[in-house]
Amino acid sequence: MNPGSRMPESSAPPSPASGTVPSAAPSATSSPASSAAPSRDPGTAARTVLGEADIARALTRIAHEIVERNKGAADLLLLGIPTRGVQLAHRLAERLAQIEPTFSGEYGTLDVTMYRDDLRRQPTRAVGQTVLPGSLDGTIDDKVVVLVDDVLFSGRTIRAALDALNDLGRPRVVQLAALVDRGHRELPIRADYVGKNLPTSRSERVRVRLADVDGGADSVVISEVASAGVSTGSTGDASTASTGESEATL
Amino acid sequence: MKHLLTTQGLSKDDAILLLDTSAQMAATQSRENKKLPTLRGRTVVNLFYEDSTRTRISFETAAKRLSADVINFSAKGSSVSKGESLKDTALTLHAMGADAVVVRHSASGAAHQLAHAGWLDAGVLNAGDGMHQHPTQALLDAFTIRRHLVGNVGDDGRGPDSSVGADLAGLRIAIVGDVLHSRVARSNVYLLHTLGAEVTLVAPPTLVPVGVETWPCRVSYHLDETLEQWQPDAVMMLRVQRERMSGGSGAFFPSPMEYSRKFGFDARRLAVLPDHAIVMHPGPMNRGLEISAAAADHPRSVIVEQVANGVAVRMAALYLLLAGDDSTGSTSSNTGSTSTDERIAL
Amino acid sequence: MSSTPSSTTYVLRGVRPYGTDPVDVVLSDGVIAAIGAPGTIEAGEGQGAGAVVREIQAEGHVLLPGLVDLHTHLREPGREDAETVFSGTRAAAAGGFTAVHAMANTTPTQDTAGVVEQVYRLGQEAGWVDVHPIGAVTVGLGGEKLAELGAMADSAARVRVFSDDGKCVHDPVLMRRALEYVKAFDGVVAQHAQEPRLTEGAQMNEGVVSAQIGLTGWPAVAEESIIARDVLLAEHVGSRLHVCHLSTAGSVEIVRWAKGRGINVTAEVTPHHLVLTDDLARDYDPVFKVNPPLRTAKDVEAVREGLADGTIDIVATDHAPHPVEDKDCEWASAAFGMTGLETALSVVQQTMVDTGRMTWADVARVLSENPARIGRISATQGRPIAVGEPANLTLVDPAATRAIDGRTQVTASDNTPFQGMELPGRVVATFLRGRATVLDGAVVDGPGNGTGADGKTLEGAAR
Repeated sequence: MNPGSRMPESSAPPSPASGTVPSAAPSATSSPASSAAPSRDPGTAARTVLGEADIARALTRIAHEIVERNKGAADLLLLGIPTRGVQLAHRLAERLAQIEPTFSGEYGTLDVTMYRDDLRRQPTRAVGQTVLPGSLDGTIDDKVVVLVDDVLFSGRTIRAALDALNDLGRPRVVQLAALVDRGHRELPIRADYVGKNLPTSRSERVRVRLADVDGGADSVVISEVASAGVSTGSTGDASTASTGESEATL
Repeated sequence: MKHLLTTQGLSKDDAILLLDTSAQMAATQSRENKKLPTLRGRTVVNLFYEDSTRTRISFETAAKRLSADVINFSAKGSSVSKGESLKDTALTLHAMGADAVVVRHSASGAAHQLAHAGWLDAGVLNAGDGMHQHPTQALLDAFTIRRHLVGNVGDDGRGPDSSVGADLAGLRIAIVGDVLHSRVARSNVYLLHTLGAEVTLVAPPTLVPVGVETWPCRVSYHLDETLEQWQPDAVMMLRVQRERMSGGSGAFFPSPMEYSRKFGFDARRLAVLPDHAIVMHPGPMNRGLEISAAAADHPRSVIVEQVANGVAVRMAALYLLLAGDDSTGSTSSNTGSTSTDERIAL
Repeated sequence: MSSTPSSTTYVLRGVRPYGTDPVDVVLSDGVIAAIGAPGTIEAGEGQGAGAVVREIQAEGHVLLPGLVDLHTHLREPGREDAETVFSGTRAAAAGGFTAVHAMANTTPTQDTAGVVEQVYRLGQEAGWVDVHPIGAVTVGLGGEKLAELGAMADSAARVRVFSDDGKCVHDPVLMRRALEYVKAFDGVVAQHAQEPRLTEGAQMNEGVVSAQIGLTGWPAVAEESIIARDVLLAEHVGSRLHVCHLSTAGSVEIVRWAKGRGINVTAEVTPHHLVLTDDLARDYDPVFKVNPPLRTAKDVEAVREGLADGTIDIVATDHAPHPVEDKDCEWASAAFGMTGLETALSVVQQTMVDTGRMTWADVARVLSENPARIGRISATQGRPIAVGEPANLTLVDPAATRAIDGRTQVTASDNTPFQGMELPGRVVATFLRGRATVLDGAVVDGPGNGTGADGKTLEGAAR
């Protein structure tokens, strides 16, 4: 599956003003590193909040934080959540290998489709692959697992990921890295490593674009869901839970 | 996808989606904990009017691995043997809130009727109807063929299946035996053709149906000639029912020995095949009749693997039938600007 | 027959006998009293004071001799849950029929004088159409021993048509004996041509569709081989043979060949074989399960051609009512057969008249005159439309169309293969010896209709 291309949740108020003041800014690690001015043009629906360089710097910082927090990279296993989380895990792994020569540079993919709590609210999702690095011999027991996702939102995808992990083995510890935390959690879940905390309104859409997946330059874009009634209508679902955390890239 | 009734008319995209989903399901089945929470709270009824312990267990295992509740309803010792009609049974299952019904029936079309007669609104999965279709058997056969002849088999199943996304273009499959009465043959002919494979049916003329000329395959009456000249990549042997040869003047061939000589698969015929070719059989086998023990147990026989793959394929079918939003039905819309890449509109 | 002539005089204005030029027709005292150019006949002409006269404005409607069905299953005695003589003949009247031949496969079988007389009497009591029972060829349709054909012929029912329909008289010796024996009383054996061994477990036409959908095939050769044998037997013993519900192109060829050779054979086709094909089995709806089975488009074309060129003598309905439960089930367990009395004329119009292959005079030939002749009831049925003839008539509005709905049919059963289809033509009125059994397209329940109900509908309908 490709969680990076879901529609935004449709629980948004029907027509939020485009100038809505972001609500409930999460207070964790704030990134001051943004060089792309988060300018908002009231006349247009989209604004870029992170550029290519911002994303690169954020990932580098997260890599350092991972090593610092875990006192090295021993037993470290990065698992990306498809689709963009996998690409982010790949980039983190490269950075970690530079920082810690003992780190293999390997990473894995954790598909959470079959663990989601919203399957019946959605059209059928294709099941993706779960791939563990070959060197693990199929087990994650006693590993330090860092889940990697692009956008942390309701927390339901991570809940599913924790269940999926549980079926794969018993890690020593599980941590979470997200490129963007946009708030609006619906479960008691928090990220250990955040690229950028991004105060948003529920009516906004956060899109992460990665060159390797989407083409073009890396970016994180916030847009208003223009005329919410139309563009979210296709999900036909009013639940906040239904769309997970990542936002759509078209 | 609301029902899985036949492989005839199944689109190539849907067929590949079923195989790809099967591959992911198969990957979970090498884990210590094989159970997934996916269909928790959904009820799957196995409605078996014919004895088939193998198929029923395969479906039951698949449903349970996905955490569905399973109710087994077999004809023996049930109201069915007391004369209850298929319709009344369907109404009962409807009243019980079945989400999916896996049906095996001796009457061709029984699954189609369950799905379309208005007796029931559950998803219907055809587990074999008369001489008509047995779609999950064909899917597991195609899945097995793909893994061996397109992908890289030989690992323990943990790694990614490199055949994911692929079709069976260019492969040659010989299906040998009682085509006339075989739902397995019918299902495979259409599915394998849809997936791009070439199919040759090999049987004595008495066991080829009148009207076969519209099937997307070739027909041969000669096994040796087909093996030697056509060099199939896979040979699928069909079970020969004992009653077919003991019908007196209605017997379909003179004797088991003659059948075995002309259409039985053995080590000698195996040796004619290319080195990569595989031997298949939907089971249960009549060893010594349509297949020799040496061929059945040969390293190139994938018969046991077919059984294992059956669970994964049936998990995939159940998942695709049941996991989606009911209200969107069989034609979930891809409206608006939403990307279709995770929306399956079967 | 015995029912009293109607006391109402009917004046049919502007009707077209056999589809020809319009005339006015007067029906009185059970016969056609007068035929004249439009407007030349006074309504009360020739009638005594106090006679009830009803005028029917029927400009453009086609007047045909009352239709005669040589192949009807009335189910009584035995399966009154599917149909009774009363309900079946009422449906026949609604379909424009004034006589039906009731097939022998009842329970008990119509294989003795007693049973055929019972059915005959039930038909008279019902009063909708003349009911002529068909006698079984063999005892209990068992195919082993001749039934008492002579006793049935001599009975009050005067049986002339004998058939084991539903089963084939497959034993060649038995068939020969039956063909010979009925010559004594000018009878005919109506053969259900189906080689039993070639059709064991058969469910539908054997061909492309059966191969795909996995239903056991009923090969055309199983019909054709019996017809070929029987026409040769009939030739050899100099007997009259009737072939029931011929369904294949090959059968048409064989009958054409036999007639060319001078063999005394007649053949019938059903309405459904004139229009429906085996493709309809693809959805496994047992309403399309029938014996002989629906064939291919090529066969449909061949039977139409055979009907048009006279190779096939008659259209007979093979009206086969069944209770819902016998059709709302798996195909393999469902009963064979479909209702046909109320749709036959429309199907013939659609397939033969509206396509220009037959005239309305041809329709009268294949749906009235020929079946009456084969059944040896030409003295009363299938008569010309002429002054002095019995007023057994059917009035059809060929311009009307109607949507077929099995639930609103007059027959007691619902199983019509034409469900939801629009068919042309509507029976406006049916007259049995001058009595209107159908008027304004609706059956007229009258005092003669065995129910003991008062006669208000009959006389009340007249102005």
